[in-house]
Amino acid sequence: MGQNIKIKRGMDIKLEGAPSGHVNHANFPATFAIKPTDFKGLVPKMYVKQGDEVQAGDCLFTDKKNDKICFTAPISGEIAEVVRGDRRAILAVKILADSKIAYKSFNTSGYEAKSRDEVTDLLLASGLWPFIVQRPFGVLADPSITPKAIHVSGFDSAPLAADLSISLKGQEANLKTGFEILKKLAAGKVHLNIHQDKDSSIYNSIQGVEKTTFSGPHPSGLVGVQINKIDAINKGDVVWTIKPQHVAFIGKFFETGNLDLEQTIVIAGSEVKNPAYYTTRLGASVAELLSDNLTADNVRVISGNVLTGTKITQDGYLGYYDNQISVIPEGDHYEMLGWLFPSYPRPTLSSTFPLYKFFKKTFKANTNPHGEHRAYVVTGQYEKVMPMDIMPQQLIKSVMAKDLELMENLGIYEVIEEDMALCEFVCTSKIDVQRVLSEGLELMAEES
Amino acid sequence: MKFLRDQVDKLKPTFSEGGKLSFLHSTFDALETFLFVPNHTTKSGGHIRDGIDLKRTMFLVVIALLPALLFGMWNLGYQFHRATGIEASLLENFWYGMLQTLPIIIVSYGVGLGIEMAFAQFKGHPVNEGFLVTGLLIPMVMPADIPLWMVGLATAFAVIIGKEVFGGTGMNLLNPALTARMFLYIGYTPEMSGEKCWVPIADGMATVDGYSGATTLGNVGVASANGTPWSDSLLSWGTTAMDSILGTIPGSIAETSVVAVLIGAIILIAAGIGSWKIMISTVIGALFMGGVLNLAGGNAWYDMPAHYHLIIGGFMFGTVFMTTDPVSAAQTERGKWIYGFFIGLLTVLIRVFNPGYPEGIMMAILLMNVFAPLIDYSVIQSNIKMRLKRVKA
Repeated sequence: MGQNIKIKRGMDIKLEGAPSGHVNHANFPATFAIKPTDFKGLVPKMYVKQGDEVQAGDCLFTDKKNDKICFTAPISGEIAEVVRGDRRAILAVKILADSKIAYKSFNTSGYEAKSRDEVTDLLLASGLWPFIVQRPFGVLADPSITPKAIHVSGFDSAPLAADLSISLKGQEANLKTGFEILKKLAAGKVHLNIHQDKDSSIYNSIQGVEKTTFSGPHPSGLVGVQINKIDAINKGDVVWTIKPQHVAFIGKFFETGNLDLEQTIVIAGSEVKNPAYYTTRLGASVAELLSDNLTADNVRVISGNVLTGTKITQDGYLGYYDNQISVIPEGDHYEMLGWLFPSYPRPTLSSTFPLYKFFKKTFKANTNPHGEHRAYVVTGQYEKVMPMDIMPQQLIKSVMAKDLELMENLGIYEVIEEDMALCEFVCTSKIDVQRVLSEGLELMAEES
Repeated sequence: MKFLRDQVDKLKPTFSEGGKLSFLHSTFDALETFLFVPNHTTKSGGHIRDGIDLKRTMFLVVIALLPALLFGMWNLGYQFHRATGIEASLLENFWYGMLQTLPIIIVSYGVGLGIEMAFAQFKGHPVNEGFLVTGLLIPMVMPADIPLWMVGLATAFAVIIGKEVFGGTGMNLLNPALTARMFLYIGYTPEMSGEKCWVPIADGMATVDGYSGATTLGNVGVASANGTPWSDSLLSWGTTAMDSILGTIPGSIAETSVVAVLIGAIILIAAGIGSWKIMISTVIGALFMGGVLNLAGGNAWYDMPAHYHLIIGGFMFGTVFMTTDPVSAAQTERGKWIYGFFIGLLTVLIRVFNPGYPEGIMMAILLMNVFAPLIDYSVIQSNIKMRLKRVKA
C-alpha cells in the first residue's frame, strides 16, 4: 500500500440515530419490487406481465437501448403489479414472494477459466450488470466498452452509513471472487480504496488490485472523489464503479450459480426506535422492517442516505443500489424568526451558529430547508466541501447557462450528483445543486 | 407564536392571488418569511440542508456594521460640539448624531425597499435580503450634511440602475452602495466633498478659532499641490494619528473609526461571511503601493508613511465592508487575492495622483468590480488548462 490521500475539504454530518453494531435478522418481506426509476435514463422493455410466475434471476425487463442488459427478479414469486405513473411510465414491478426461493440456475462453474465475454454475458443475463455504474454521467455501464479502470470505494462516509466491516462480515470469500471477476472486466486496473482509520480487514485476502488509503471526512468515501485523486477522468475516458456489497453479490453468484441477493442493510435515523443492521434482500419492502420501529408518523423515509437518497413511503421498497434506510422527521412547520433565533439545533457548516458548529455532537435534522431559494450571493462556500480540483460554483453556473463547452472544460465528466451533494447541503441560497447538475449531465449525455 | 401564526394565516388570502390586496403579495411574503421560516420541505436532492440562509447572512453583516454606525453617530455630535466649542456629554453627542443620521437611514431604506418590493411584485419573485445591508451602507458613507432628497435619488439610482437592470441581488456588477455614493459624487460634487459637508454647521453659526472641517485627505492633497512637505500637522484640524485610528475625525458618517470597523471585520471573519482574503490583500496592496511611493518621495502624498493610508479616509471601511461584497467581488478563491491587492494599490494611486478625487477607495472598488469578472475568467481558464494538460499527459 502506497500513499495515503488526505481529504481535507468536506464535513461529516453527525446525525442522531446511528446504528448499533447489532445485526438483526429481519422478517422475510411479503413483497419485493424493482424500480426502473432507480436507473438513470432507463426506458424499460417489459418481459413479464401481472400474474406471471418468476424465479430469482428471471428477466423482468431490459434496457430499451440495449436489450442485453437484463433486470431480473431478486426473488421467486408472482408478479403482483406493474405500477405505472405519468404517461404510463413504469415505476415499479412488484413481486409477491414465495415462502421458499426458487432460483434460476446459471452455469457459472469454472468461472476462473471463463473469458471476459462469457463473464459479461453471465452478468448481463443474471441482472447483476446494472450494479456497474459508468462514468462520465453515472449511467448503466456499456458492455461493449472496456473501461480505463474499475474503482471500488471500500467504505461509506455518508451520514449514518453502514460500516461495511459489519455489513459485509462473512462475505470475505464472495468479495474475493467478485474482485476476480472485476479483474476480468477491467483491462486496466481495479482500484480498491479504503479508509485509513476504518476496519478494512474484510478486504485482506483480496489480491491483484490497487489499494489506496484515504483519510478525512465525507466525501472521502465517494468513489468520484477517489477517482479524481487517483486517476482523474479526462474527456474520452470511461471508468466503471461498483460498490463492495455488489461485488459480493457477483462473487456469490459465480460461486453458487444462483442470484442470491441477501444483504445486510442499515436502518438508522432519529426516528428509528432500534437503529441497527438488518439482514434482508435486495428490493425488499420496508414495511416489515419499519413496523413498530418508528417513533413518529410524520417522518421521511429515505432509501439511501439523507444527502443523496430517494424519498420512499413507509411501505415502499429498498432502492436497487441502497444498503441503507434513513428515517428523519419532516420539517413541515413554521418556525418563528427561525433564521435569527433557531428553536432547535440543526447541522451546519456556518460559523454563524458557533454553538452548533463547534460544540453540538449529533443532530436531529429534519427536512426543512431552513430558508428560501435565492440567487447566488455568497461565494467560497462550496469550495469548503469540494475536495476535487473542480470549481464547483462555476460548474453549476455553467450548467444553469447550458454552456456545454464550459461544462466540459470545468470537469462535468468527473462528477455525478452525489459528488456535489454536500455543496447543496451548505448552500446559503438553497440552490438545488443535485437537480441542476443532473440536468447538465443529461444534456451532456445527449450531446455526446 | 401560535396566535401570531393564526393572524398571518388569516391575512394571507387577502394578499394571495385573487385577493383584494394581491398587488402587495411580494411585500406580504417578505414580511411573512421574515417572521416565520416557511414550512417547506426539501423536494429534490439532499433531504437535509444547512441552517444558514441569506436572511441570517445579511443580518450578520448588519450586526457587523453596528459598531461603526453607533460610533459614527457619536462622532458626528462630537465633531459638531468640537467645532462650535459647545460642551457636550457622551449622550448629548450621540443624540445629536443620531438625529442627524436617522432621517438619512429612513430615506435610504424607504426608497430602496419600496423599489425592491415593486420590482419583486412586478417580476413575480421574492424580495431579496440584499438591500438590508445596502440600505444601511448607503447612509454610512454619506456626509452628514447631505440633503435628504439626494439620498433618495442616489438610492433609487443604485437600486434601479446599479442592481435591478442586471436582474436583482446576486446579478449586479457594481457594489450598489458605492454606486449610490459615486452617483452623488459625480452629480453633486460640492455636497459630497470639501470641508463643509462632514459636520453640519448652520450658516452663520460661530466656530472655534482656526477650525477647519477639512479631512486629512483634503489637507494632504492641498499640501502636495502647494509643495508643502509631509508632516503630521496635515492631519485633519487638531487631530493626531491616534484620533484617526479611534475615529474622532471628520468624515462620512460611519467611515472614520478604524477600531469600530475592525470590530466589524472580526465579526465578519469569525462568522465566515466576509472574505479575509480580500481584506488582507487590500491592505497589502495599499502598503505595497504606499511603500513604493515612499521610496520615490517628492511631495506630501509621496512622503506620507504608507501605513497612514490605512487610517485616513474611508480605506478601512471600504476594505472591510465594500470590497467583501461577494456579488461584486471576484468569486474565485485565487481571484479574491488579486482583486483585493489591486483595490489597495489603486486606492493609493488614485489618492496620490488624482487631486480631483480625494478618496480613492470608492473609485478603486468600483473599478475592480468591473474587472472582477475578468480576474475570475483568468482563474477559471487556469483550471481549464490544468484539465486539458492532464489529457495530453
